[in-house]
Amino acid sequence: MAVKTKRAAATNGQTDVSFDIIETKSTFRSYPGDRFTHSDLGLSVADIGDIYRNMLLQRRFEERSAQMYGRQKIGGFLHLYIGQEAISTGSVYALQPGLDSVITAYRDHGIALAIGMSSNECMAELFGRVDGCSKGKGGSMHFFSKEKRMFGGHGIVGAHIPLAAGIAFAHKYRNDRGVVFCYLGDGAVWQGSFHEALNLASLYKLPVVYVIENNEYAMGTAVDRAAAETDLFKQGISYAMPGSLVDGMDVFSVCQAMRDHAALAREGQPSLVEVRTYRYRGHSMSDPGKYRTKEELEQKKNEDPILRLKSYIIENDLMKVEELDVLDIEVKAEVSASVTFADESPLSPLEAIYDDVYTQTDFPFLTK
Amino acid sequence: MAELQLREAIRAALVEEMDRDEDIFLMGEEVAEYNGAYKVSEGMCDRYGDRRVIDTPISECGFAGLGLGAAMDGLRPVIEFMTWNFAFVAFDQIINNAAKIRYMSGGQFSFPIVFRGPNGAAGQLAATHNTSVESIYSCFPGLKVISISNPDDAKGLLKSAIRDNDPVVFLESEFMYGMRGEVSDADDYIIPIGKARIAREGDAVTIIGHNKSYWRAMEAAEMLTSDGYEAEVIDPRTIRPFDWDTVITSVKKTNRCVIVDESNPFASLSSEIAFQIQSRSFDDLDAPVQRVTSKDTPAPYAKNLVEYYLPSAEDVYRACREVMYLD
Amino acid sequence: MPIAIEMPKMTDTMEEGVLVEWSVEEGDSIAAGDVIAQVETDKATMDVEAYDDGVLLKKVANAGDALPIGGLIAIIGDAGEDITDFIEDFKSNGTMSPAPSESSSEVSVKSSPDQTPTLPEDEPSSHGRTKASPLARRMATEFGLKLNHLTGSGPSGRIIKRDIEAEIERTPQIGHAPLPVPTSADRGHERVRISQMRKTIARRLAESKFTSPHFYLNVDVDVVALDMQRRGVNQYLEKTNGLKVSFNDFITKACASALVMHPDVNVTYASQEGEIHKYNYVDVGIAVAIDDGLVTPVIRDAHLKSVVMISQEVQSLASRARDKQLDVSEMEGSTFTTSNLGMFGIESFTAIINPPNACILAIGAIRDTPVVEDGKIVPGKRMKLTLSCDHRAVDGAVGARFMSTLKDLLENPASLLL
Repeated sequence: MAVKTKRAAATNGQTDVSFDIIETKSTFRSYPGDRFTHSDLGLSVADIGDIYRNMLLQRRFEERSAQMYGRQKIGGFLHLYIGQEAISTGSVYALQPGLDSVITAYRDHGIALAIGMSSNECMAELFGRVDGCSKGKGGSMHFFSKEKRMFGGHGIVGAHIPLAAGIAFAHKYRNDRGVVFCYLGDGAVWQGSFHEALNLASLYKLPVVYVIENNEYAMGTAVDRAAAETDLFKQGISYAMPGSLVDGMDVFSVCQAMRDHAALAREGQPSLVEVRTYRYRGHSMSDPGKYRTKEELEQKKNEDPILRLKSYIIENDLMKVEELDVLDIEVKAEVSASVTFADESPLSPLEAIYDDVYTQTDFPFLTK
Repeated sequence: MAELQLREAIRAALVEEMDRDEDIFLMGEEVAEYNGAYKVSEGMCDRYGDRRVIDTPISECGFAGLGLGAAMDGLRPVIEFMTWNFAFVAFDQIINNAAKIRYMSGGQFSFPIVFRGPNGAAGQLAATHNTSVESIYSCFPGLKVISISNPDDAKGLLKSAIRDNDPVVFLESEFMYGMRGEVSDADDYIIPIGKARIAREGDAVTIIGHNKSYWRAMEAAEMLTSDGYEAEVIDPRTIRPFDWDTVITSVKKTNRCVIVDESNPFASLSSEIAFQIQSRSFDDLDAPVQRVTSKDTPAPYAKNLVEYYLPSAEDVYRACREVMYLD
Repeated sequence: MPIAIEMPKMTDTMEEGVLVEWSVEEGDSIAAGDVIAQVETDKATMDVEAYDDGVLLKKVANAGDALPIGGLIAIIGDAGEDITDFIEDFKSNGTMSPAPSESSSEVSVKSSPDQTPTLPEDEPSSHGRTKASPLARRMATEFGLKLNHLTGSGPSGRIIKRDIEAEIERTPQIGHAPLPVPTSADRGHERVRISQMRKTIARRLAESKFTSPHFYLNVDVDVVALDMQRRGVNQYLEKTNGLKVSFNDFITKACASALVMHPDVNVTYASQEGEIHKYNYVDVGIAVAIDDGLVTPVIRDAHLKSVVMISQEVQSLASRARDKQLDVSEMEGSTFTTSNLGMFGIESFTAIINPPNACILAIGAIRDTPVVEDGKIVPGKRMKLTLSCDHRAVDGAVGARFMSTLKDLLENPASLLL
């Protein structure tokens, strides 16, 4: 993996600093909205229905979980993904289920549901019950599914970015041609772990796509108040990593971009994708979102990725409004059922506090 | 029995395990082409190639996290830190990811990974390069911590650590890499994690010491012998989980205990051992538990100050005589 | 079906919210996701959203109202729907929000069992606590050694293992095997709450014993004559009205008579007022043991009453005392008290003065005893009386003169029937 070529010794006593001005040129691919049709992507009408339902499930699930937070059924932090569903859904339709891996930060409900984790196990996790995907030990920020190759849900900003490089390392080590999609927020770009991981991924040619979900605010700090270079996709330049900029409100643009980048990764070329998106909600439930105007919010809501897909479907006469309404009813019923399921799921027995700290089952914990 | 240097014993463990299991790889700064900053991995890159013995940039957070991601997906990395002092920039990866993700995922993901490297004082390197980290890492449920004092334990325990399915912090010592000692040449020599070693038996006082401190304990025991007393010396070898039974049984016999630990004293390993002893054998104590640690300051540079800073055999001897009411 | 919009929990630390402003009016159609009001929490002012579609039927809360989490803000539903019952139900069910404590309340907190501290048997040394290592303490208990008899050779005189070993060496009978210490299989104690009566006894008697300096005067009374007198009286009473008088009744009467003659004993030392109160009447308190303590009912004007009257009154008071029927007023205001433990075979004892009295008489058992009379040993009957005096009010000679009179009266009991 390490590059084994020995550096050539400097000849004729000169260093390699040029006398001329050094010019570099970088190019980036762009994936604007409304450029790709479903047929460009080879998607059938049935696929479109699935995509619509996939996004809607995330939306309805989170609306209901916000209500359950208000009813104190859910504790701790609850970061909602509402508005960003085109990214999770678009990229899930670009990966190979069962082979490829995903990993994200704490705004993780969307990708978890998109990749096929059940509403029941997710809602039960939010409720802190034994049937939760993490047995009630992780909560909102820590959804995991080994079966779906969903490597978490991570609460510390930037901490999961090197993990993604490691999972990609494992894919390459086993030579199974799997790739990793690693999602991170615009705030995470300024953690050292991001830069260390990008460098290692590029150095070792690891099959990973880093996806910056730029929703314009790191908690309450707008990108231009945190970033000296606000074009985040350019961060790859220092790591010899190709980059793209994508409209995250169009599920087709996201899907096409992620397919292209997955293909690069499968050939051993890691890359960086910046997806411009917007979250309608505050950073977490306790965030009133005072750092942005109502007008801005309203305007962005008009770009809602779900409404956008709905209009596309109707305008192109792919499905009828009634059919879409039926999907909505199904999704609402599924989410309501998940609330009942979570409510009826048992609390953990207190002895379970010692479970799953170690694989060793008889670890001698100190009890006083 | 073969006589090996500590570094050779560690290498022997790595090679035996890597020969046995293809999923094991070694990663760290200078481990491959340079053959190891302390020559632990000498010859291993030639033996396994750069797929399994991998040089990294100076990027501890990055490669510690990379190792953890690989472990999460089933590989068995051995990550070398050139010294544990440099692991502080990877602290979040070890404390939050290695120790806690298994728990937060409800047991779905585990981390069969070893982080290893030299620990503690290494001479006149000043404060940032002289930290003893066993107390710090032992605080965190989810980690196991091993600290070795001789080539035989190094080989047997590193093999156990590599095979363990939980993350292990494995602490060596710059000063001891060249130290020679008999190493069992039994086939597949394994020492179980969590078992202390009674290095010498005695009834006058129990002295507990690990890593370099073990040797200070042994020297003090020799000094007591010339006074006519036999000390019992215990090398815990594994710090977490700690072998309380062996220590408590010994204290019940000798009725007194001195702990030698190179960590800074406050809220440290020695604090915890002393607490457990008073809690589990209060009625067997004839004297307060004593400890000999580094001073409660950062490590200094000047030679005389370094010598004053670290626990010495003389300090240990004096502490023993105090708890034995000899002075 | 109407739907309640409740005060949501908006931050982790929020307990209540103040409704700042309505964004919609009653009758407005609203859709899930619409902002209906603004609420001020402990952190910020935030939007309250509807989670269902419908018409805003009623604003239950007004701008400015503070509501707890789960408190009813508004009701939505179909236009024209009747919501009277719904509001009633909501009110009777409280907040209607799931109780947040439902899970935590299932976790019972186990209190640690009460433990009786087992104190080492050694008494404090002259420097206070005896210092010994935990091991030395354990060994001392095992070998039955008292730590305060040992000298410690450790720091600050701490007794350590080798001091115990030296002691064992010195004392061969201790032997090297620890003595078996018999212990009951299941040691423990019953815990009985201190009754009000016992608290009163404890307080009054402690106050008496620790503030009045007691001294004691002892006489041995010849009661042969009194015994004959009592038999005669009782034979007569039995025939006439079936009554019976006791020795104690005679003694009470004798006390009353003697007190009239010695008013300096029938007093109270009133330190607060800086006075001694001398009573011109005699009220004798009689200590009566009852189930869980003792009381002292009072015979008023005992000096004016006959033995028979005293007897009848004592019987009535004592039986009512045992049934706890006495009024507080019947137990207050004595000027002198007697206490009799003779029926238990107690020969003599000293009693604690019953405040505000200056003296108390302790009456022992009547016993048959050989006495010397005219140089010969003959059978006799004697009774020991002990007077406790408060030296602040009563000096030795004063008390002695009273006791002399009392003895005289009892040995010549006919005078008591006058």
